[in-house]
Parts: sequence; structure tokens; C-alpha cells
Amino acid sequence: MNVIERNNISFLGPEDGQPMLFAHGFGCDKNMWRFVYPEFEDNYRIVLFDHVGAGGSDISAYDREKYSSLDGYAQDVLEICEQLDLRDVIFVGHSVSSMIGALAVKRDASRFASLIMVSPSPSFINDGDYIGGFNRSDIEELLESLDSNYLGWSSAIAPVIMGNPGRPQLAEELTNSFCRTDPDIARHFAHVTFTSDNRADLPHVKVRTLVLQCSDDAIAPVSVGRYVHEHVPDSEFALLDATGHCPNLSAPEQTVAAMKSFL
Amino acid sequence: MRESDFEDLYENAACAQISTTMKGLILRVNRAFLEWTGYAANDVVGEKRFSDLLTPGGRIYHETHYAPLLSMQGFAREIAVDVVAADGRRLPALVNAVVREDSDGEVVRIALFPAEDRREYERELMRARRRAEESEARGRALAQTLQASLIPPTPPQIPHLDVGAAFRPAGAGDEVGGDFYDVFEIAHGAWAVVIGDVRGKGAGAAAVTALARYTLRAAAMQAKEPHGILDLLNQAMIRQLGDTFCTVLFARVAPRDERSFEVTFSSGGHPLPVYVSGAGDAAFAGRPGTIIGVLDDPPLHDDTVVLEPEALLAFYTDGVTEGRRGGDLYGEGRLLGVLTEARSSDATEIAERLVADVVEYQGSLPRDDIAVVVLKVPGAPR
Repeated sequence: MNVIERNNISFLGPEDGQPMLFAHGFGCDKNMWRFVYPEFEDNYRIVLFDHVGAGGSDISAYDREKYSSLDGYAQDVLEICEQLDLRDVIFVGHSVSSMIGALAVKRDASRFASLIMVSPSPSFINDGDYIGGFNRSDIEELLESLDSNYLGWSSAIAPVIMGNPGRPQLAEELTNSFCRTDPDIARHFAHVTFTSDNRADLPHVKVRTLVLQCSDDAIAPVSVGRYVHEHVPDSEFALLDATGHCPNLSAPEQTVAAMKSFL
Repeated sequence: MRESDFEDLYENAACAQISTTMKGLILRVNRAFLEWTGYAANDVVGEKRFSDLLTPGGRIYHETHYAPLLSMQGFAREIAVDVVAADGRRLPALVNAVVREDSDGEVVRIALFPAEDRREYERELMRARRRAEESEARGRALAQTLQASLIPPTPPQIPHLDVGAAFRPAGAGDEVGGDFYDVFEIAHGAWAVVIGDVRGKGAGAAAVTALARYTLRAAAMQAKEPHGILDLLNQAMIRQLGDTFCTVLFARVAPRDERSFEVTFSSGGHPLPVYVSGAGDAAFAGRPGTIIGVLDDPPLHDDTVVLEPEALLAFYTDGVTEGRRGGDLYGEGRLLGVLTEARSSDATEIAERLVADVVEYQGSLPRDDIAVVVLKVPGAPR
């Protein structure tokens, strides 16, 4: 198994730089970091990857059983660190990938220097006093929404990596491509992402951690970000004046600034 | 003329329109939107974000797909959403959006197309697809069950003889192929080993395979010589089935003395077995015979091989020798080579090794069934 092919890994920045491993969340692929990583490229070794099933990853490596919990993805992160011999890793995870990072650190913290959690949520589903933001029926609705939106998906369209930075003027055939994936895999990943409950794992995150929270996030509200901050022992909290769930796209300058001051 | 009235073109357009800030706050809506959703302008303008108009599930999709797309490429197309109307009804819609820059900054223009019928049609398609998937899964389960019933459920056994068998159905295992084998006792101390290949695949081939297996079991009680047994099968196939045929090899296995076995066999158009001596000399044994189910009186004959300790006899189907890689065949040379090399293993290991080698040769997805039965006389007791 070659992780570079499996996870469509790409490298930027100095080879001897401290590695920053960027992990995308549900819905997109590694291109979602395009406004962020260039700001770190001079001083860090940038490692970008796609989760198996997303972007340009090797779809044939998709194993339903392995990826039926976030642990399967965390195992991949550890495998990437081992095979590429990454040490002192700064793991930057968006949304569900911040939990995947937390699980990887919990299993083996030895390779990690710090963890940056962008818009994390340890559980999207309301449970007693804990307000995750959604009910189970909402998640069912999401799955239906996925079905409806993947009708236009065609297996003939190969994932395409986008070119120049800034907001690119994309050729017609690339439309929506970076959010495309096999509908069955998207459905399964959505199910795993939005039904996982990793609240109990947070106290086991034994590396320095930054929680980046948008002030107006419809799917991971401020109270959820604060919950993560309160339960991860050595964590800092940064509130960004930003709307949405993807500050790396909607407020990249603030995101970069908060990351730099943490590092 | 009305068509030069841009205000009217906007307000009464053929789709609902919304303009928002990059953060999603609604700046303006057209009359078509208000009529469709039942909101008053001041319910939404400056009050709600676009995502507030969506269902919770749609909101997640919005945040994880639509918003990133819009940030990354400046537009999004054909996004399916449900808009929640003023009275709580859900209005299925398709959304196109584009980012426009003006002196005040960036705005997002969103066009919403009501898509109630389309959504119902999509649901029907999804249901049809689920049904198709279920029926495919049922078909596969049925094929596998049927396939399993055509080969012995437990590894065959003959006293004092090491018997091994291995079977790999064609392709991904979702079809019933035509290969079969069987091992059973025919008289006190004498055993039958049968291997065959029925023409074709699927339910038809499975029915012929079943007929061939029970006919051979019955025929083995009536006739003693293998070629006579095959002749009975030939008659039954012509009488009962007409337009189909198979290749079969019937072997009668009996102990010759305390340490060796005598194998008398007849091939009805079936590939000849391979004999490998304890010293490692490998050769095809016997003479070819005629395919079963075609001629009224096919030329068939018996040959006998004596198996001394450490010698083996391997029966197989043409899925072995005709295994393909591009234009190349697995071939007889490889078959002899693998059997010679594996000869010191036990019979099951030898059979499994041969099947694995053929599967690997074809890149893991064999086009034909592969069946192998190996008889081996254990070495002298130490």
C-alpha cells in the first residue's frame, strides 16, 4: 500500500521544514486549503491529502468496514505519518477531520507537535444538555439531500485538480468537480461524519491544540467550539468574525492570522 | 414596451431571485420569490440568511458543498434544496448562484427554480435504483447458493488416500458457472471421482449440472466401467435435454494393495488428468474421448493409472489451461510446472495452489470457473 497514491498526497515547501498535514472535511477535497497553505509554504513542509473516497484518492482502497468509523480515517493519518516518516507534525483538520486528527493523536501522540481544529464538532446530534445542533431526522434529511444532489454525478468525470490560486476561472467541465465523489461513498462518509460522537475522546488529546471557531456557523455553533476547547486539556480558543463552516474559504486571512499566532 | 422595463423583468421573472452578501445575508428578493414562498419582503430582507430558508439537512449540504463551491469557483449550479416557505411547507427547488463584484463589494445572486415534479421523479428514480440493487443482491445470493449446491459441501474423503479439491467460480462470483465435481463411494472399497464442465452459464447450466451429477451417481450403480457410466449419461442428456453438452471425466478409484491405488477413468471430451510421480516426472494420462450429449454413440474408452506412494493424479477443468492473460493462455506447461513444484504438499494444498496460480495469472478476475481435484497417495509410513 502506497499512501501517496492512496491519499493523493502532494508536497510543497522546504523538505526539511516542520510538516503541516492538512486534512479536508466532508464534502470537498484537499483543494479547500488553497487559500491557507500558501501562507505557510515558505517555512513549513506542506503535506496535502485526500481522504480515501474523496478527490483524487484511490477509490479502490475504499473499504466500507474500515471507514465505517472515524478510526479508519485516523488510522490512515497515522499510516501517512509513518510511511512519509513525518515527525513533529502540525495537524490541521477541518470539521470532521479535526476529530480524525484528535483520534490519531489519541492513538499515537508521538508524531504530533500540535493540532489545529478548524470548525470542530465532536457530535452534531443533540443529546440532553449537549446541543450539537441537529436531530437524527435532520441527518436523514441530509442524506436525502445528498441523493438528490448526486443525481447529476457521473462516474465518467475524473476528479480534477484545480490550477492557479485566487478564485480561479474554471473551465466549464470542471464545474462543481471538487465536490464530486462517488455518491455511495459520499453517503457513507456523511453518515459516519454526522452520527459520530467523539466527545469522550477529547480529554485524550495530549498535544497543544488550537480551536478555530466561526462566530456564525450554522452547523458547528460557537457553543460547540467552546465545548471542544473546555474538554481538550491544552487548548486555545480563537473566535473568527466569520460566517459559515469553512473559514479557510470564507475568511482565509483571519484563519491564517490565528494559526500563525498559535504557531 | 414591457420587455424594456428591467424592474419588471426582475420582479416578475420566471424564477425566484435572491441577492445576498458573501456571508449569506439577504439583500433583496424579487416578487416571484415572495409569491412562491409566501414571505413578506421585510420577513427576509436584512433579517435572514439564505441558509435560514433551508431545511436543517439542506443547511448542512449548503455549508459543506454549496458555500465552498461558491467561494472556490465563484458560482454553483444545479444544487438541489428544499426551501421552507412562510407556512412551513417544503418547496423543492434547484439553485444556481453566481458571485458579482461591484463597488460595494461582492454580492451573490441566486436563482431558485421550483422543482416539485422533478424532485418526485428523482425520488422515483432513487427508489427504482434501490430496487434494482436489492434484486441484484438477491440474484447474487441465489447464484452463490446454487453454485455451492453443485460441489460437495465438505472436502471429499477416501480412506487411505489424500483427496484435495479447490473451486473458484468465474468473475466476481455473481453468476453460476458450469463446472462441477463430485466424490462418492460406489461399491465396497471403490470410489468415484467426477469432474465436469457444462456448456454455458446461469440457471440453464446449473440445471444441466444437477442432472449430470445425479445421473452419474445413478449410472455408477448400474455400470461398472467408467466409459459405460459416461455412455449412460450421454443417453440421458440426449433424451432429456437435447441441445446441450458437457465434458466429463469419470474415475473409479480402488486400492490395489496396501500402499497403492488403481485409478481407471474415462474422459468424455474432458481435459486429461496429470500424473506426477514421486520423483517429479509429470505427464498427461490416458486418451481423449468424445464430448457428452452430442453423438448417439460417442467413442469412449477406459485407461488405468496406478498411483504408488507419493504419486499424484490431478483432475481439472479447462478454466485452468484456458485461463487468459491478454492473448496468452495459462497453458499445459504452467500446469505441469506448478503440479511438479507443489507435489510434496498435501492434496488440498496442491489443489489450492494451482487455483491461486491460475487466478493470479488472470489478474484476479477469472472469466471461467476453475475446478481442481487432486488424489495423492501418502508417503510410506516411517
